[in-house]
Amino acid sequence: MTQHISPERIQEIKAARQVLKTYKYSPAAVDKGYTNKTLYINISDNTIAEKEITEEIKDKFIGGKGFGLWYLWNAVNKDTKWNDPENEIVISPGPIGGITQYPGAGKSLVVSLSPTTDSVVDSNVGGHFGPLLKFSGWDVLELQGKSEEEIIIYINGNEGAISIEKAPLEELNSHILAEELTALYADDEEDKRNISVVSSGAAAEHAMIGLLNFSFYDKRRGGQRLKQAGRGGIGTVFRHKKVKAIVIKYKGVRGDSNHPADLKKIQELGVKLHKEIHDYDDIQTRKRQVGTANLVEIMNDYDLLPVNNFKYGYNPETWRISSDILKTYVTQNVPDGCWYGCSLACAKACDNFELKTGPYKGHKVLVDGAEYETVAGVGSCCGIFDMDYVFECNFYCDTYGLDTISWGTTVAFLMECYENDIINKDITGGLELVFGNRDAAMELLHQVAKGEGFGKYAGLGVKKLKKRFVAEYGADKDFLEAIGMECKGMEYSQYMSKESLAQQGGYALTNKGPQHDEAWVIFTDMVNNLIPTFEDKAEALHYFPMFRTWFGLQGLCKLPWNDIEPADNKQTDEPAKVPEHVQNYVELYNSVTGKNIDKEELIRQSERVYNFQRVFALKLGFGTREFDKPPYRSLGPATKEEYFSRQDRYDQQLKEKMGIDPEGKSVEEKIALHRQYREQQFEELTDAVYKRRGWTKSGVPTIEHLQALGMDYPEVIELVKPYQ
Amino acid sequence: MKLLEKMEERCIQCNACESVCSKAYFKTDDRTKSRIVINDDASATRDWTINVCNQCGECIAACSEEAIYRNKQGVVMIDAKKCVGCYVCVGFCPTLSMRTHDDELVPFKCVACGLCAKECPTEAIYIESK
Repeated sequence: MTQHISPERIQEIKAARQVLKTYKYSPAAVDKGYTNKTLYINISDNTIAEKEITEEIKDKFIGGKGFGLWYLWNAVNKDTKWNDPENEIVISPGPIGGITQYPGAGKSLVVSLSPTTDSVVDSNVGGHFGPLLKFSGWDVLELQGKSEEEIIIYINGNEGAISIEKAPLEELNSHILAEELTALYADDEEDKRNISVVSSGAAAEHAMIGLLNFSFYDKRRGGQRLKQAGRGGIGTVFRHKKVKAIVIKYKGVRGDSNHPADLKKIQELGVKLHKEIHDYDDIQTRKRQVGTANLVEIMNDYDLLPVNNFKYGYNPETWRISSDILKTYVTQNVPDGCWYGCSLACAKACDNFELKTGPYKGHKVLVDGAEYETVAGVGSCCGIFDMDYVFECNFYCDTYGLDTISWGTTVAFLMECYENDIINKDITGGLELVFGNRDAAMELLHQVAKGEGFGKYAGLGVKKLKKRFVAEYGADKDFLEAIGMECKGMEYSQYMSKESLAQQGGYALTNKGPQHDEAWVIFTDMVNNLIPTFEDKAEALHYFPMFRTWFGLQGLCKLPWNDIEPADNKQTDEPAKVPEHVQNYVELYNSVTGKNIDKEELIRQSERVYNFQRVFALKLGFGTREFDKPPYRSLGPATKEEYFSRQDRYDQQLKEKMGIDPEGKSVEEKIALHRQYREQQFEELTDAVYKRRGWTKSGVPTIEHLQALGMDYPEVIELVKPYQ
Repeated sequence: MKLLEKMEERCIQCNACESVCSKAYFKTDDRTKSRIVINDDASATRDWTINVCNQCGECIAACSEEAIYRNKQGVVMIDAKKCVGCYVCVGFCPTLSMRTHDDELVPFKCVACGLCAKECPTEAIYIESK
């Protein structure tokens, strides 16, 4: 159940609207996954214009985040900051995005300069906006400028009409705003399925870790669902531009709306995977039952679940936030895909959740989730093992427009600072921010949304908080650098990498920061021990980031790749790659575009964009080795309590890996020995990975590599030249 | 619940049912467009002869668009206007009785109309109400 906006309220909102600009266009037909058109909107002067997408740009950048990076590259210079009007928010679905037959094919990719990393960031999000944008005639929406007043942008893809309107009365928080706008633009109940809203929320105005919600109408639950472009603070950019929402309406999605070259082949691939999911999901990862949350207990069992700001990997209370408990919250037996045809259906939701706190206390709301990263981030990482709290926090983060991963890791950092007397009640305004204090954590979230009290600072994210605590409270910089779980300014996502060298690289040797979008190799490395040598790990940290990047070029979700496997996958040469599904993707791409790539060219498509993104970071003053340095806690035990929690293992490693007898050594000495060894290992891994990726020792793509990829644009070469 | 029942041992693979079905719903005598399928491949190991929807309704739950529903007679129907051609119902059908064809975006299935039963010379298929 949702709030159900009254007709009177809709009329009131409409009456306060003022049209600032209208634009008519003839929607371009989709041809083999592309419309070949970009919609450019500048909200400083309300310019609306069309741009052609050339074959060369399609060949080099493919679509999705590739297009986003290309447009943003051309829009900004080396000095542009996230809050400059020149910064853009670019949204693009990719050529495969919008097909309805193959699971996970409705993603939008969002690219912008990030307030948290100050570099370029991209985020992959579900919901219906991207595909509806394409069917409305646009491969890309390029939003630039900054409005002086609160506005809404409305695109009607059937009528070929765009308007920019002053929108003073709409609610800011997404769960209400999405409902208001869906009700306002839908002709009737049936028409609600044709609308998608992009929005953020009140907290994004007072935090750097703001997110974007992409909605779709859930017909069975009768309410708006919200999927999140969470990482990198793009919601903060959105609110800084004073955009309340972008709304799209397109009626007429059919099985051939993407006009692929070979629909029959796509249908065959889709039915094959639907059947695989039907037959094996219940005995594999149970995505249809519990979404991604099955990982909570698995990570806990393997000592990999972040507990108390990544100090520990296990807690006996984890059962309270396990998938079995989650299952009692989320509505079952509902096809919970975030785009048509996703039979993996991981997008679980809880109906009629009664809120206990905040401005909507007592309301019964629809909560989207909770997903693994949220359960671990706001739950175990903060020492909170309470599923009611997880759902309440999940709901408020979404509607306020805050990334649950960054918020969870930030609160955990604050809690550790509080327990180490770096901050105290005077600073927090009376909040006792100790691990496990859910009431204090929830109150802090509400303060962020109001921009009050300690909430004015808590949403800055770990990197900016570290600087603040050192500058203002005289905190020990080295200690904060060791325990503050961020790299490049992005907070860590929720896996403990201490005991997996490959995952340490998977997090830190990334383009945009420690997320799980680029590389997730913790199981391959640690549990299955499939990549023992530096070269093996380097190969994995080349292949998997490139393979995963490809999803972001196409408008695809990663989950149907390896969260469901064919029955005989383990008997293949490379089970970690899921070879049959890789081949599915090759054939999907060829069937949509009519081209003829193989699995090697698939990787090259990604390499072109991945290397371009690395050079883009360089252009902005980042993208070199020093920015790939992780916080020590991601490599090993930073504190005595961490060492003691795994003393036998760490002592044994001293003997076996370092040839040092731990007998008679103090814990401080042993921590220092581990640190020296582990940091050295990380440096050696970095060398191996850079070499495999075709980069110099300083982490910059070589000119030869860029030439071989065909990405030797003059401006790109100029940027990398000093580092050769 | 109305459904087309079968007695496979009576089937002589004359294919009359397929012919009448495709003519009725697609105006063509083309067994690849029939909603009932007769296995007459003599070379194949045959563990079934007649494949047709048993109206179990698992596809109703699998459809995100609520395009599949049960009518008053208990027959599972597809609302072509709501279908987005995702084919989840095809992959999720426990008896693989949801049919597709290259010419059609929307899957199709037996709606227990009984036209084929009237044509069947051996009464291998017949309409029942349960």
